[in-house]
Amino acid sequence: MKMTGAEIFCESLRREGVKTVFGLPGGVVLKIFDVLCQQKDIDLVLTRHEQGAAHMAEGYAKATGKAGVVLVTSGPGMTNIVTGLADAYMDSVPLVAFTGQVSTDLIGNDAFQEADNVGISRPCTKHNVLVKDVNELAQTIKEAFYIATSGRPGPVLVDIPKDVSIAKAEFKYPDKVSLRGYNPTVNGNKNQVKQAADEIMKAKKPMIYVGGGAVFADAADELRELAEITQIPVTMTLMGLGSFPGTHPLSLGMLGMHGGYWTNMAMHHADLLIAVGARFDDRVTGKLSEFCPEARVIHIDIDPTSIKKTFHAHIPIVGDVKAVLRELNVILSSMDGNPAQIKTLRAPWIKQIDEWKKAHPLKYKQDDKVIKPQFVIEKLYEFTKHNAIVATDVGQHQMFAAQYFKGSKPRTWLTSGGLGTMGFGFPAAIGAQVAFPDRMVVCITSEGSFQMNLQELVVAAERKLPVKIVVLNNGVHGMVRQWQDLFYEGRYSASILGKMPDYVKLADAYGIVGLRALKPREVESVLKEGLRHKGPVLMDIHTDPYENCYPMIPAGGAHHQMMLEDPPELKLSKKGGAHKRKVDEGEGVLPA
Amino acid sequence: MEHIISVLVENKFGVLARVAGLFSARGYNIESLSVAPTLDPTTSMITIVTVGDDRIIEQIMKQLNKVIEVLKVVDLTETHFLDRETALIKVHTRPEHRDEAIRLADIFRAKIVDSSPNTYTIEITGDIEKVEAMISMLKPLGIKELVRTGRIAISRETTHTGSPRREPALLKT
Repeated sequence: MKMTGAEIFCESLRREGVKTVFGLPGGVVLKIFDVLCQQKDIDLVLTRHEQGAAHMAEGYAKATGKAGVVLVTSGPGMTNIVTGLADAYMDSVPLVAFTGQVSTDLIGNDAFQEADNVGISRPCTKHNVLVKDVNELAQTIKEAFYIATSGRPGPVLVDIPKDVSIAKAEFKYPDKVSLRGYNPTVNGNKNQVKQAADEIMKAKKPMIYVGGGAVFADAADELRELAEITQIPVTMTLMGLGSFPGTHPLSLGMLGMHGGYWTNMAMHHADLLIAVGARFDDRVTGKLSEFCPEARVIHIDIDPTSIKKTFHAHIPIVGDVKAVLRELNVILSSMDGNPAQIKTLRAPWIKQIDEWKKAHPLKYKQDDKVIKPQFVIEKLYEFTKHNAIVATDVGQHQMFAAQYFKGSKPRTWLTSGGLGTMGFGFPAAIGAQVAFPDRMVVCITSEGSFQMNLQELVVAAERKLPVKIVVLNNGVHGMVRQWQDLFYEGRYSASILGKMPDYVKLADAYGIVGLRALKPREVESVLKEGLRHKGPVLMDIHTDPYENCYPMIPAGGAHHQMMLEDPPELKLSKKGGAHKRKVDEGEGVLPA
Repeated sequence: MEHIISVLVENKFGVLARVAGLFSARGYNIESLSVAPTLDPTTSMITIVTVGDDRIIEQIMKQLNKVIEVLKVVDLTETHFLDRETALIKVHTRPEHRDEAIRLADIFRAKIVDSSPNTYTIEITGDIEKVEAMISMLKPLGIKELVRTGRIAISRETTHTGSPRREPALLKT
């Protein structure tokens, strides 16, 4: 039977098991939206900005592991999702973005709402295609989902001209995809895996360093087994959080720029580094020439370009993290040495790390007048019973959340790591909540990030999505202000936000519950009330604008050169009041 | 060090942009580039001459391989290969220089493919040294216009039937 392109589109989505599409209509995609609204089993989430749609799809994909689907119009519709595509590309999020395009006979004529969608998105997608013939549509969609979700996942854009959505073709959905230029390696080279096992048995001060790859590969069980049979401590990147339980005795939490002192010291002194699905990002390594100076490096990753890109690897293993770890565990289990022996062997190293941890644990100074952001996160962690899906935005609050929110399960930590996209968190939380309506979803954000996509509040309101939004409102771009204090002599160029909307009234305007905490003693009751409420809630929590995030590796520093607290001159400036006055020059900071 | 990389790709629109974009986005240089369909009309061969240390070349090879429409990537500099380039050189020829131009073309086994009262257009094919040498010899006459194809290259067969004395050198890798 012949079907229109729009019908083929919907039927193809159904074959791919798509339940939810995030999008916003426009001229050239009217036909597709017309057919889509008649599909009872595909839910269309109408966002209020295309960027929101892209981040919602990312949140959906990160929380479920399935591809997130975006549908937007040509021109501005497409350009508005570019940030989402770039974000998904950096963080390996499987997205399939469908963009409308002007009719094929108009392409290149500067037609109304025309943009070179494929050209614009080329550097920020794993793959993209302009469908010029309706006969190729089904095949292209099949390939798009396959490419987005296989190998190292990533965003794929399919550009559909208006006439292709109207034209008719015989619908035939392919069972299989075969692309002659794309065939990701799954199993690691056996010889390399064996060598890795030998290195692991020899090592005295080994570390496992896990990135987002372990989350996407669903390798949490294999990772835990590896750590437990070898008694090797595990540290996670920002993207890797959740792949290993944060409360496990072998967990060292996050490493890198704002990682634990003990974690980075362990990295610096390690004699073996087992990198699992990680890519040696500059925020992780600090100064490369002094990164892990004593370590032999085993690097397991599905993407060959990640290996030896910035840092050397003595034993590179290209393959699916889950498959490789499984194989590695089999070899390690068959090797000599019982668990008790391994524990004894590892004891001095674990003890050394414990000593570092005792010397400089995470700390902040509680205050009875002003709310400390770390305190809010600690309480939130406690009250959510460690069981929530957490989405964050970008900046100080993100780092505090990464430090204090010890995620226990993969796919419960949704954050923008590589691109560092402010405005990601709230729509991502909505996407996750759409996927899991019954689970607790918390968005930890700040007044700066939240304002970048707050238009989506109406989506939470109309769908009664019970997202708990915690705005750590300090009236400044906190991380920027911190760097200005540390490296720019306290000149607050454009970091003080000044006039601030009343977030409680804003919540009210959207018809959702708004709560506010101004003093430390109000934090617990606001959080408890907010979390207890059945619908969406916005909690406006006014936090200390002067609080800095420590420990910290200053840009260009090495792991053993962490700053643990404000340098003396900054402390003095804060005490003297000059510092405080500078921040308070902005209107609306810290209401009395 | 200079590398000649052969990239076999799907013969589809946008593929060249993707390959070229990969170089520009990562700050790698393209010294020369040549593209044409292969025997199989569904594929094209892109020959790229680039410069970089081992780490950069390794990244380039891996990044190229990562492109969905790229079917095969070979660093020919790792093997034994032949490379050729064609140049079309339009030289000014005052009456006293016309003989010299013909002589030079002859020495280099180049062809004069067009002639006007004041110019000759010379076609030369050869490896880069030969083409460069021809250009520098013609410069004193005055080169009006110069176009070059960029280099193309092909691997040598290891089991060739040429002079046995050259065999060890060819098998060196």
